[in-house]
Amino acid sequence: MENPQQIKNDDENIVRKPIEELERVVIRLAGDSGDGMQLAGLKFTSSSVILGNDVSTFPDYPAEIRAPQGTLAGVSGFQIHFSSTEIYTPGDQLDALVAMNPAALKVNISDLKPNGILIVNEDSFTSRTLSKAGYSSNPLEDNSLAKYRLIPVKITKLNREAVSSIEGMSSKQVNLTRNFFALGLISWLYDRHLKSTISWIKQKFKNRPMIVKANTKTLKAGYYYGETNELLSIQYSVPKAEMDPGKYRYISGTQALALGLATSSQLAKKELFFGAYPITPASDLLHELVKLRGYGVKTFQAEDEIAAIGSIIGASFGGSIAVTGTSGPGLALMSEALGLAVITELPLLVVNVQRAGPSTGMPTKPEQSDLLQVLFGRNGESPLPILAPQSPGDCFDLAIEALRIALKYMTPVVLISDAFLANNIDPWKIPLLEELKTMEVVHPTTAPMSSDGRYNPYSRNENLVRPYVIPGTKGLEHRVGGLEKERVTGNVSYDPLNHEEMVNIREKKISGIVKDIPLQRVHGPSEGDVLVLSWGSTFGAAHTACKNLRKEGLSVADTNLRYLNPLPANLKDILNSYKYVLIPEMNKGQLHFIIQAQFAIKTQSLTKIQGRPFHVIEIEEEVRQIIGGLFDE
Amino acid sequence: MSEKDNSISTPVLTPKDFDSGFDVRWCPGCGDYAILANLKRVLPTLGIPKENFVVVSGIGCSSRFPYYMDTYGMHTIHGRAPTIATGLKCSRPDLSIWVVTGDGDGLSIGGNHLMHAIRRNVDIKILLFNNQIYGLTKGQYSPTTKQSKRTKSSPTGSIDYPVNPISWALGAEATFIARTIFQYPDHMQTVLRRAAEHRGVSFVEIYQNCVIFNDGAYRYATDKEMRYDNIFELEHGKPMKFGRDQEKGIFLHGLTPKVINYKQAGFEESDLLHHDENAQESTLAFFLSRMRYPEFPEPIGIFRAIQKPTYNDMLDQQMEEAKRNVTKPLQEIVNGEENWIVT
Repeated sequence: MENPQQIKNDDENIVRKPIEELERVVIRLAGDSGDGMQLAGLKFTSSSVILGNDVSTFPDYPAEIRAPQGTLAGVSGFQIHFSSTEIYTPGDQLDALVAMNPAALKVNISDLKPNGILIVNEDSFTSRTLSKAGYSSNPLEDNSLAKYRLIPVKITKLNREAVSSIEGMSSKQVNLTRNFFALGLISWLYDRHLKSTISWIKQKFKNRPMIVKANTKTLKAGYYYGETNELLSIQYSVPKAEMDPGKYRYISGTQALALGLATSSQLAKKELFFGAYPITPASDLLHELVKLRGYGVKTFQAEDEIAAIGSIIGASFGGSIAVTGTSGPGLALMSEALGLAVITELPLLVVNVQRAGPSTGMPTKPEQSDLLQVLFGRNGESPLPILAPQSPGDCFDLAIEALRIALKYMTPVVLISDAFLANNIDPWKIPLLEELKTMEVVHPTTAPMSSDGRYNPYSRNENLVRPYVIPGTKGLEHRVGGLEKERVTGNVSYDPLNHEEMVNIREKKISGIVKDIPLQRVHGPSEGDVLVLSWGSTFGAAHTACKNLRKEGLSVADTNLRYLNPLPANLKDILNSYKYVLIPEMNKGQLHFIIQAQFAIKTQSLTKIQGRPFHVIEIEEEVRQIIGGLFDE
Repeated sequence: MSEKDNSISTPVLTPKDFDSGFDVRWCPGCGDYAILANLKRVLPTLGIPKENFVVVSGIGCSSRFPYYMDTYGMHTIHGRAPTIATGLKCSRPDLSIWVVTGDGDGLSIGGNHLMHAIRRNVDIKILLFNNQIYGLTKGQYSPTTKQSKRTKSSPTGSIDYPVNPISWALGAEATFIARTIFQYPDHMQTVLRRAAEHRGVSFVEIYQNCVIFNDGAYRYATDKEMRYDNIFELEHGKPMKFGRDQEKGIFLHGLTPKVINYKQAGFEESDLLHHDENAQESTLAFFLSRMRYPEFPEPIGIFRAIQKPTYNDMLDQQMEEAKRNVTKPLQEIVNGEENWIVT
């Protein structure tokens, strides 16, 4: 097979610089939000996955739609971790940073490793932009960047020269191509093909030949600049990763979720009704689903979150697969209606894309602080199943799984994701839809009747599930509602013992779902010193940390909870098999609280509430400390 | 299934078929009884199979309604019935969906949702029972309570300016707006039938008497002696007149109404203001909604009935169009634009 690393140069006479092979690299492209860093990052990602690397990425863009140019608030970044081994996070510290302006430098420099490669657009370091970014002296000149491998490049000027021969370009259009120069340069540095980017440019701008020409030219110019410039003395390569054979694409959590929902609609041969109100970071789910209307996804933009969940309760009563998506503040508004779905026992799915709270908090930043809200944030005893995807691709699987549970058990379900998972982009092995199990949804048209000839909407099967009879079914007319139901008949009842029985039935129905939940599996030794118990997106950092620690010979296992209610049947035994259980969470210890309360097991909490995911090293250090303490005893 | 098939296969229904068998638990003498009886008379006559009716309510005295109708029904949470009805209609356009709400449920806690359901022109029928009081919570003032009214929560008189439900619905561009009174069965049945037949949102304000907390609020409109001078029926294309001998008429005086005993003053019927329920602009309907007792007689009947595409129809059209434009199976969408094979 042809070596994919081999770049066929236009000019065979160029002497190639030495290439150093690396296991894995983390880079970040940062600039003003108008600088096109997200696009450059995505294209770098594409060329990396085509080379066969495992990749994990994280786009980080400002909350402001159009933050003032050149300010710290307006900095947009795209982080790419590419590797020849399996990876689960976008990486902790940066091996290389590209900063398109002083503000981007200031915001990101603290994440760059000592001796890391720092490419800056020298042209953008003017007295005006420096003062906007809050620099009192030029960091390119004052030696403050001495611990990095600083490579100043006149990107603005070089880009302008590269496209100067193309007629009809306005100066604004010229500047808009700068990101491709930077992409070309970094592509050379890490020995990536330009081919996929060039064909993408051709496709994307097929009606604008001038733009195709300009972007392609400057992309190549950036690449050749790397080849010939003396500041860059070495090139790096990251070999192909060993990955499961199959067809891959890269995907964000939001895209995976939307595709999982559309797939569910096909598996159940039923229309999916998605009613939602825009809220960061969940709005993108609505945007993705609108595109899937042709595949049986009906979308409705409601007037608020209360109306959003109301609309899906109505759609669920009507027999559609009912889904909404929101974030913490929206979920707070939905609480009362979620209780209605609990007592009426109607199937629906609420996706909560968590963000930093309380209140409005930090809308674009991830946190895992809604777990207790989801578990308990309703009046009365109102249990419901909770699932938490561990990676972008897992959003696809768990969207389907959550709907299976909702429909099988006639219950609202919450899928609890976060802003990191929603935006994080990972390679994903594409599933074959025809291999997925279909979803059977039965709407009975006949039913045993009571002695007075009326249908009993609250009769139950062996799983304590009531029949999903929908309007339009002759002879089975019935009423549901928020008032307590008499068992079986569903009539309004204030009978004290009936209420207690109904509370218990609803609780038992949900806890009985445990039999459908896969047994929890552990990575690493099945007993030992430390178990790291993570949930949701913390999986990546926790799993990577534990893998590293195991390589060092430490007795560390890790496991990630995808089912948070009910908890897997074997969890207690697992927890009891280790001397210490460490629970890293992006909150003040909410799962830690639940596990201790439920199993009376002492666990240790590791918390991070910075609106940023854990770094691998943070978990490694905590585990090392615990093990160190064990030896001291 | 075509409508024709329905009418053939549907057995003739009677009000009794709509009786759920539940003991009705409104206070003796409550105006809700009359509304329930009239709706039970109208629904069987619409040619719609019973199993295709859904009654959705919020919270309040009026919202007990679904329990007393042997149709599909949902007694939901306070103020949110329009949201549930909207989702249900979008999911199941084949159903005839009736929202039963009150002045507190619909105009206070649920005002936002009612407004949006109306402006979207979702094909649902909204019945707002207006008794100008909170009954279920035992007697606090509501958004339609008259100013100065002494209630449990306003012992020295309410200082809230009340909302005018018809003006309000017009502000939200309702395509069908009517008002009727609990004590006029024939009128109510006519209005309810028209509401049912309207394609689009129907908003019906029903004056309803709360015997316990606000008794007599509509005596001016129901008392045998008083009503002739205080209400008049709107009829499309007809002059607006009222009084025991239909001797008084409504004239347009600048931008305000004026009441004149037109027979005495020597005017003809043709000089009176005529009603046009189909007027595209809501100016006349709004003008009529502002006529309030005691300054003016209050119009009852259909204020407005215009045709506009419904939300649910347009949504389905967009869905159909999207389905027609599908060129590849979902698997290809799942595969994405860029993918690669690992061997």
